[in-house]
Amino acid sequence: MTAPATANAVQEDAAGQVLAFPASETARATRDSRPLRLITCGSVDDGKSTLIGRLLWDTKAVKEDQAATLRRDSSGKQNDLGLPDFALLLDGLQAEREQGITIDVAYRYFSTDRRSFIVADTPGHEQYTRNMATGASTADLAVLLVDARVGLLEQTRRHATIATLMGIKQFVLAVNKIDLTDYDRARFDQISHEFRELALSLGVRQVTAIPLSALKGENVVYDGRASMPWYDGPTLVEVLELATTRSSQTVGFRLPVQRVSRPGESFRGYQGTVAGGSVKPGDSVVILPSGMVANVTKIVTFDLVRNAAVAGDAITLVLDRQVDVSRGDMIVAIDSQPLTGLAFDAQIVALQADGIQPGKRYWLKSGSRRQRVQVQPASQLDLKTGKWEPAEQLPMNAIGKVHLAFDEQAIFDPYEQNRTTGAFILIDPDTNNTVAGGMITAKRSALGGIHTEDARVILSLPADLADQLMATELFAARREDAEVRRVSAGKASEIIDTIDG
Amino acid sequence: MPLTHPETELHNPQSTKPPLDPHLKALENEAIHIFREVAAEFDRPVMLYSIGKDSSVLLHLARKAFYPGRVPFPLLHVNTGWKFAEMIAFRNEIVKRYDLDLIEHVNPRGAAENVTPFSHGSALYTDIMKTEALRQALDAGQYDAAFGGARRDEEASRAKERIYSFRTPDHRWDPRNQRPELWNVYNGMVRKGESVRAFPLSNWTEVDIWRYIQAEDIPIVPLYFAKKRPVVERDGMMILAEDPRLELLPDETRREEVIRFRTLGCFPLTGAIRSEATSLDDIISELETATVSERQGRAIDRDQSGSMEKKKREGYF
Repeated sequence: MTAPATANAVQEDAAGQVLAFPASETARATRDSRPLRLITCGSVDDGKSTLIGRLLWDTKAVKEDQAATLRRDSSGKQNDLGLPDFALLLDGLQAEREQGITIDVAYRYFSTDRRSFIVADTPGHEQYTRNMATGASTADLAVLLVDARVGLLEQTRRHATIATLMGIKQFVLAVNKIDLTDYDRARFDQISHEFRELALSLGVRQVTAIPLSALKGENVVYDGRASMPWYDGPTLVEVLELATTRSSQTVGFRLPVQRVSRPGESFRGYQGTVAGGSVKPGDSVVILPSGMVANVTKIVTFDLVRNAAVAGDAITLVLDRQVDVSRGDMIVAIDSQPLTGLAFDAQIVALQADGIQPGKRYWLKSGSRRQRVQVQPASQLDLKTGKWEPAEQLPMNAIGKVHLAFDEQAIFDPYEQNRTTGAFILIDPDTNNTVAGGMITAKRSALGGIHTEDARVILSLPADLADQLMATELFAARREDAEVRRVSAGKASEIIDTIDG
Repeated sequence: MPLTHPETELHNPQSTKPPLDPHLKALENEAIHIFREVAAEFDRPVMLYSIGKDSSVLLHLARKAFYPGRVPFPLLHVNTGWKFAEMIAFRNEIVKRYDLDLIEHVNPRGAAENVTPFSHGSALYTDIMKTEALRQALDAGQYDAAFGGARRDEEASRAKERIYSFRTPDHRWDPRNQRPELWNVYNGMVRKGESVRAFPLSNWTEVDIWRYIQAEDIPIVPLYFAKKRPVVERDGMMILAEDPRLELLPDETRREEVIRFRTLGCFPLTGAIRSEATSLDDIISELETATVSERQGRAIDRDQSGSMEKKKREGYF
């Protein structure tokens, strides 16, 4: 979409009535892809609400009566372009309007001719890190905002780290308020270079940096060529239109059973949403945790009997024999099974004031399975330095590594491989509140550590720690079993990324 | 022969319906997942059914979610007594056609004290006949989960609401202390008396609703389609002048206009729009060029900013 930035402004008469909106460009084409879920994060004054307001405004997701309410509410707070205070579009709660800050995640919807978008708008304050984790859990892409005059902040590292932990692999760095630097190209290049370094240290390689002015609408929906002839990259919306949605289709078949459907004696079907891979009639499957084997006879849906179902499909599966299956079980591919066991390692984000107490028994819910778990914190991520420090308990907003111990068999995939069967929440049995979100990293063997069926492990360690480990007797005794290479942090994350595919 | 790219929708030769586009398919899958999760986790779920387009979509999704079984919970219609006559006729037909359990509740105080939108004003009337009535019905049924058709794109406070929205025993919503909701893992743990409002359509927009109604051929109340109807202008709204209880004020005149409704509620509080849209295609193209939001026609939303949040805190859907 191209139009001079000044043409975007809405014309008003003296009474504040909206007379004309920017003309709609073309007739809408049929959408051909799934909605993109994105999260926006930034520090308090980076102009995040203004950016989203601008996105909604320029894609015509704001209607006249909403604009009129906005004008009424923002009287006296209009900016110098005569546009309403976009932040009020987003801060929907009374307390937020009164305090002028965003407290909770808000979900917003807009679309272009090519795609529709779901935006999780998350608060910038440090005490609301938990809300950012919430918004990030379902996002395919993160937009990180920085003020061009200020550059990267501690918050930028914090947000990038959380987004990465939650499995986001596509980033947009929105260098906002570029107009206030007189469209300084060197400034933009410097900030985007710094961010690429940061992203690489986190193992993220898909980064697009865009200089923009949310207030003036430059490089958001419409391009800012008139002010920034030196920038020939995409606008924010163009990047979003081309981003990919995550897919779990390449991994093994997973169906967490939500309920058993028995409308009559003649029919018994297992209802759930495919959480990975695909399935078709004739496939052999295993029911976990029992380990019983069966074959798929039919995939039933309301409209038609299907010949296959893929990740994301809500289906009813019929098997060829009477097996004991109940809610919380998982039906999986026989040749590609998840991990089962009583002990796992995970990373969690603590979401409530009481934090996570060592040894306390919580409820863990993953998919449709809920079971008791004991949580032992091991370390906490220092978001300033990016280092993991030993920890025995985790306060609110902390990101920690924990050991999980179950009474009954648990079933997981590593989160890196499957964002559904690798994710869980912890529920405090005293309050029934959700106290943590977690991601499985590995199964723990009885001896602890990351030893699983795979024969070898690649570690990327700081050189000084490697020196210390290599100096131990245990390592020296098996020195010939280990391969050691010295590489830069960036190279190491690149290599490990390649392995993860 | 191995399938490298499994074809998800095998065309039923008897069906002429083309497969859903991926966007609507994703929304449908999400809604079905929520329906099944709530039905499995709660003892006494109920579905709020308001007869409008969103309720029609919600009901269709419920039938899909539990097929080939029956919808495993009742529908609850909170009737104010001032709904459009065509809505009630449509409701009765749907309940019969799909073999549904319908519970209808009218606040007895309404009849006893003769509460009407004309005598008590829209705010008090809504409070008594909708919010209070809903609380009565939910208490009477001891429901621990209630499905609603609310969408986050409708209104600012709804944009903040969870898919599982926790309510205290007196049905209050505390927007500042909502349970975090990550991935599609929902926390359904409640104590006796507490409940959850579940919103399977949270991520749908108005145009999604219409495109889905079209794609799935879902029946809706005919008032959504343009037709010549008797109207009267009142408080800046065109309201339907069919019901004998509507008394014209001295300066009002009844006239015929080609109109339709974008949302349906109580007829004295729901404004019609001038429109020529007589088909779903017409409605969708009208929507795509519309410059006002759907709730603009609802008197109860216009009282003050944040009025929806206030009503929701008190137990309104």
